[in-house]
Amino acid sequence: MMEFDYSQGSLVVYIRGDIDHHTAKKIREEADMLLVQLAPEKLILDLNDVSFMDSSGLGLVLGRYKKAKAAGIDFLVTNCDRRIIQIFEMAGIERIISIEERITNK
Amino acid sequence: MKKRENILETKFPSLSRNESLARSLVSAFIMQSDPTVSELSDIKCAVSEAVTNSIVHGYKEQSGTIYMRIESSSDRIIKIEIRDKGCGIENIETAMQPLYTSDPEGERSGMGFTVMETFCDKVRVVSKKGKGTKVVLIKKLSPKEL
Ligand SMILES: Nc1ncnc2c1ncn2[C@@H]1O[C@H](COP(=O)(O)OP(=O)(O)OP(=O)(O)O)[C@@H](O)[C@H]1O
Ligand SMILES: [Mg+2]
Repeated sequence: MMEFDYSQGSLVVYIRGDIDHHTAKKIREEADMLLVQLAPEKLILDLNDVSFMDSSGLGLVLGRYKKAKAAGIDFLVTNCDRRIIQIFEMAGIERIISIEERITNK
Repeated sequence: MKKRENILETKFPSLSRNESLARSLVSAFIMQSDPTVSELSDIKCAVSEAVTNSIVHGYKEQSGTIYMRIESSSDRIIKIEIRDKGCGIENIETAMQPLYTSDPEGERSGMGFTVMETFCDKVRVVSKKGKGTKVVLIKKLSPKEL
């Protein structure tokens, strides 16, 4: 499941629920369609409402990063919880992709 | 001596929607052992990886059956077996290397086994080319507070 916001060249894609192999396909298709339709300058994936993610999420994020990079679009992943960051770090992708942790007031 | 506490044995078709079903079954089973939030998340993620691999690689997104067996014992060790009768793995050592994937076109990152090994205490893989693959995940739950 996803929703999006577009303003002033920035496309924010809010991914909701589980990211696994089953859901990644649809999220990928929808996000890529928005990229083509809106041709933004910046793509932000917001993972605040992601309840579960496995390595399929790595493939999804890396795939969008590569697409964005090839089209000269800035790319950022925001509102990741600790566990999601941990999975990103296993693959070392925080070294090439800008990833922001979710700020919680706790 | 450890004593077996409970077992769940199940099989389901290799449909991608059963990835979340497998996670739900495992979490319902593990809840009986009162795990921490992070232990539960670890196990769900590892199971998701193994089941997805059977669907994507073992059966190459074609129809097949996935077998799952979960066992808990009195020493708080959870053992989960996920088995398919798919294509098998030719070289297990290579397959388990971080970032190795036989399917880079499919937007896979090659991190499934690494995730399983990070989130479990032990991962054992038995596979035979053309016969299938069995992944055994072992997770030790922390002692229950009294
Ligand atoms: N059940 C299986 N049957 C056949 N081959 C498998 C099976 N599980 C894993 N493999 C092989 O092992 C490789 C590595 O698996 P791993 O889960 O680490 O990465 P991946 O599935 O390719 O990518 P990711 O899990 O990051 O999406 C796979 O690419 C595949 O070749
Ligand atoms: Mg995998």
